[in-house]
Amino acid sequence: MSILVDTSTRVVVQGITGKEGAFHAARCKEYGTQVVGGVTPGKGGTTHEGFPVWNTVAEAVAKEGATCALIFVPPPAAADAIMEAAAAGVPLVICITEGIPVADMVRAKQFLAGTKSRLIGPNCPGVITPDQAKIGIMPGHIHKAGDVGVLSRSGTLTYEVVGQLTSRGLGQSTCVGIGGDPVNGTTFIDVLKLFNEDAETRAIMMIGEIGGTAEEEAAAFIKANVKKPVVGFICGQTAPPGRRMGHAGAIIAGGKGTAAEKMKALAEAGVTVVKSPADMGATVQHVLGR
Amino acid sequence: MKVHEYQAKTLLREFGVAVPNGDVATTPAQAREVAQRLGGKVVVKAQVHAGGRGKGGGIKLADDPAGAEAVAKQILGMKLKTPQTPPEGIEVRSVLVEEASAIERELYLSITLDRARSTHVVMASEAGGMDIEEVAARTPEKILREWTHPALGLGDFQARRLAFGLGLTGEQLKQAVPLIRNLFALYLAKDCSLVEINPLVVTKDGRVFALDAKLNFDDNALYRHKEIVALRDVHEEDPLDVEASKHHLNYIKLDGNVGCMVNGAGLAMATMDIVKLAGGEPANFLDVGGGASPEQIENAFRILSSDPSVKAVFINVFGGILRVDRLAEGVIAAVRKLGLKLPVVLRAEGTNVEQGKKMLAESGLSLTMADNMWDGAQKAVAFAKGGRA
Repeated sequence: MSILVDTSTRVVVQGITGKEGAFHAARCKEYGTQVVGGVTPGKGGTTHEGFPVWNTVAEAVAKEGATCALIFVPPPAAADAIMEAAAAGVPLVICITEGIPVADMVRAKQFLAGTKSRLIGPNCPGVITPDQAKIGIMPGHIHKAGDVGVLSRSGTLTYEVVGQLTSRGLGQSTCVGIGGDPVNGTTFIDVLKLFNEDAETRAIMMIGEIGGTAEEEAAAFIKANVKKPVVGFICGQTAPPGRRMGHAGAIIAGGKGTAAEKMKALAEAGVTVVKSPADMGATVQHVLGR
Repeated sequence: MKVHEYQAKTLLREFGVAVPNGDVATTPAQAREVAQRLGGKVVVKAQVHAGGRGKGGGIKLADDPAGAEAVAKQILGMKLKTPQTPPEGIEVRSVLVEEASAIERELYLSITLDRARSTHVVMASEAGGMDIEEVAARTPEKILREWTHPALGLGDFQARRLAFGLGLTGEQLKQAVPLIRNLFALYLAKDCSLVEINPLVVTKDGRVFALDAKLNFDDNALYRHKEIVALRDVHEEDPLDVEASKHHLNYIKLDGNVGCMVNGAGLAMATMDIVKLAGGEPANFLDVGGGASPEQIENAFRILSSDPSVKAVFINVFGGILRVDRLAEGVIAAVRKLGLKLPVVLRAEGTNVEQGKKMLAESGLSLTMADNMWDGAQKAVAFAKGGRA
């Protein structure tokens, strides 16, 4: 068991003829993911580095039964690419693109609400179920199959915790990067719900960051619903207010969204909160009693 | 991105939002000319990207053109200090000279993103002219909110609801409703992240207009707004921040002395946090990005080491897309070119880490290698305190 992606997931890569799209489509396939091809409008009917290319996502769905769209389309067209995938009925849409204008995402999210598609991201590393499917830009080799569910707003910080877990012999059920933008598709709560229901996930590692109130909302959900041990870390404990810390969503605005508030909310919800990013793996090991 | 009040008001005028008559001046003589044109009493306002200007002596009244020239002389060139500026203040390089008005009521109006609802929200309050965060904390019921439809925008009925809520009726209502609607049109058309009118005033003669204006823009959307990018004032930014933005590096200067170079925003924040936990203070936030080239690494290293307060550098990289061998290539090139005047602690993991470490070992550079994040932070902090790792 795992969540969101597994060996049956059939991936179409939007923006496959771009540098990033082509590179990562090949890495995902190498890992064992079923990458059925890609979409670049105007280049349909060709092949790119061994992958068939279509003009539309709908064609990829009709011809290859794609069940997941992985998006590398540049920011000006990325929100449209998300809507195209949803309109084609793709159940899972994972958008890696960083830098999409907020107003575009507000509209895309509204569009998604009328469809059956789930969006992960944007501005995220993607989703990986170790040894089954890697759909994103994370380095596959640091992962190991196991029972820790990982969810995070950050990319490389997720690799950091995965590295710490794997080196301690703790594998991961699925790792989900929900992205660092202020408007994203899937929230912490959505993923927590899935991990909570997944029989194979025995502990959850959640990484939040400054800005917004998603961690506080997650804390309330955990308190009411999650019976599995949850370890939490919030980055940006030393971030100055009013400055955007790399991620578009990582900003303390009007004194709200600080790491201290989030850590307090999580601790009050029964989450084991770690102060140091170096202690994430050890703490998960501890709560699992291994 | 932020702009000055006078630039914001030009945009407001363009979108049909009423503002006081006035113009910008960069010399006392110009301020006099503007005052002459306006006639009557004027207000001279320092143009800096920070709030609280009045308390810092950056806003002054003048009775006539000669008075305007005199106060402009005091304000221009001063280092304005407010709670929102750095401790040393910001140099005032221009002033806005505006007609003074007899004010009856001060209201508050703003538009921003509501992250929890994933849509834009228009907020209004009768408690204008005050710190709105304080109003929100103490008397949240005094803030009215209208959430706009993500695709359809702000309905007229919503603008009316806000105006009625502010106690506006008759002629004032007729002015306020289009003002709110036009302000939202500006917010959307220019991809603002914040529009704040504090205060929105009602004058004794019954006019409704934006006495102050603050506009922030979504950096992600600047590519489609060249006209907004042209309004950027680099004097308002830290020179190292400006240099970093030229090279597409996410850099924010902080007060400490441990320079940090990291890939990825989350890991970069976590690195600052762990430096603090190790007893040090981070000198900066620096995310070189997922796919940094050796040239970008070199630029990043140069920017870090040109900050005189930096006493040690901590490079913390978890290679995903950014391969460790390419990082090593960039670090070696930078050090060869710039020399190694500072102790550098390097911690690297991930893709091609063995190859990268080998390259660094063979380069003959005296870098201090760290086994993990905590080890690296402790070593860098020890160096910054003048000791050995």
